[in-house]
Amino acid sequence: MSERLRIGFIPLADAAALIVAVDKGFCAAEGLEVELVREISWANVRDKFNIGLFDAAHLLAPMAVASSLGIGHIKVPVISGFGLGVNGNAITVSPDLHAAIAANVDGDIADPLVSARALARVVAERRSLGLEPLIFGMTFPFSSHNYDLRFWMGAGGVDPDEDLRLVVLPPPYMVESLANKHLDGFCVGAPWNSVAIDLGIGHILHFTCELFQRAAEKMLAVRASWADGHPDTLLRLIRAHARAAQFIEHIPNRDEVCSILTAPGRIEVTPELIRRTLDGRLKVSPDGAYRETSRYLLVGREAAARPDPVQGAWNYAQMVRWGQAPLSAELLAAAKAVFRPDLYDAAVGATPILPVAPADGVGECTGTSFDPDDIAGYLSALEIRR
Amino acid sequence: MDPLLKIVIVDENPVRAGILTEGLREAGMSQITYLAATTNLLARIYEIDPDVILIDLENPSRDMLEQMFQVSRIVKRPIAMFVDQSDTASIQASVDAGVSAYIVDGLKKERMKHILDLCISRFNAFANLETELHRARSALEDRKVIDRAKGILMKAKGLSEEQAYVLLRTAAMNEKKKIAEIAQSVVTASEMLK
Repeated sequence: MSERLRIGFIPLADAAALIVAVDKGFCAAEGLEVELVREISWANVRDKFNIGLFDAAHLLAPMAVASSLGIGHIKVPVISGFGLGVNGNAITVSPDLHAAIAANVDGDIADPLVSARALARVVAERRSLGLEPLIFGMTFPFSSHNYDLRFWMGAGGVDPDEDLRLVVLPPPYMVESLANKHLDGFCVGAPWNSVAIDLGIGHILHFTCELFQRAAEKMLAVRASWADGHPDTLLRLIRAHARAAQFIEHIPNRDEVCSILTAPGRIEVTPELIRRTLDGRLKVSPDGAYRETSRYLLVGREAAARPDPVQGAWNYAQMVRWGQAPLSAELLAAAKAVFRPDLYDAAVGATPILPVAPADGVGECTGTSFDPDDIAGYLSALEIRR
Repeated sequence: MDPLLKIVIVDENPVRAGILTEGLREAGMSQITYLAATTNLLARIYEIDPDVILIDLENPSRDMLEQMFQVSRIVKRPIAMFVDQSDTASIQASVDAGVSAYIVDGLKKERMKHILDLCISRFNAFANLETELHRARSALEDRKVIDRAKGILMKAKGLSEEQAYVLLRTAAMNEKKKIAEIAQSVVTASEMLK
């Protein structure tokens, strides 16, 4: 008899494994009848997940950590045995801001440290002219997008809380807000950066994989209490998703994958937009320039689906850095415990684990080596923090 | 209920917001502000500094509100209603109805429960109204297409109106379909044969 599950998701490219697992029959093959419920806000996904309307959810990795720590909301311990994506975001700026940054660079604009220092000069210039602070959009207080922007700005000496404004906007509104100049830039996942480029109203300044080589983006999350009651179902769910991720990463399947992902009720953009993201070949400027990377969005390849506790520690470190959470050993341990490679291994079977690059599991562009057991040391080396 | 509570309603649907406002006013609340547009939502809320924010669960601006509660040093810090899980039944009811509420910390639970219950019943009333409206509208459309099909059959086969209707009904029964569906196929077929 097949088991029925409801999973909430937000229509983004990194919901790929979820959608393919269901629509390509990988869940059915594991005896799971999964209903995917499309949601419009992260707050909705969280609330419906918390009160048990969803058995599992597509969650921002920092949301899963925040929920387990009880920061910003009620404490609901969450675990994940499957990462839905590593990397996958980009920072897009308006043509005006792009020109201003380009006019202030002291090196290659494609280097995030160079562009961040140029941003600091733009900020100083605007202040001396008495202009309003720049406004950047991101998707949620506990989101990789928030931390991506803050990290980049901080690396150039820009204080994201004092020198400019960060506002939360639903991803579909980002593009519109950039077009009508309510925003000067944003950090968001696919396909929204590409939508802005195609409309000719923005430039992709950086892929976030240029800031960090590995950043856990979304998790397939379940409540810890649910996992206790459904250990076998959880393993089957993880296995179905591992198969889906493998299917997605097999390049000859890409056309089929893109048409599955963009079907009605799923992501609903043109398949070509999703294709760019999966291939990591993105148009970055309205004049048609492309940039290519092998690390844009990892769905399963390079062990991306295997949860890494280092990512829990890194996300927690960002929360402490920006004043969202206090620093304590208990909270650090709880953050790491969200990421459960043991469950992934149990579901998928023991496979030889290849060394993951970079060595510290994060690979910050500033060259800092991240030590998941020394958050205080990591933070003390940073000039801008709360 | 405390008539001095400042309540903000954020809803893209002006009709539902109206129904809700009316209900709250009847219950004696006087300080109600309705915000329809999402532009400058945060600035407007800062200005009003409400005790309670009611927002449609399906409104994408919820994530924006969440940020306000994270960073705001200006506004009293409202928290999502779901923070209090003690009353699971009423949370479930509000999710089902599609209401979410943000409440300033410290507001007494009992006072909020009245407001929430009222919102839930108003949201449900609105949903019923919409269903009825939809039903009435499709009934009207059904009648129109049945009339057209009857006309076509009367003309083509020289039937009376009564006989034409019986013919449609018999076909519907035989094919286990609605009369309106059969009528629609008659209309479509006759248009193709024109």
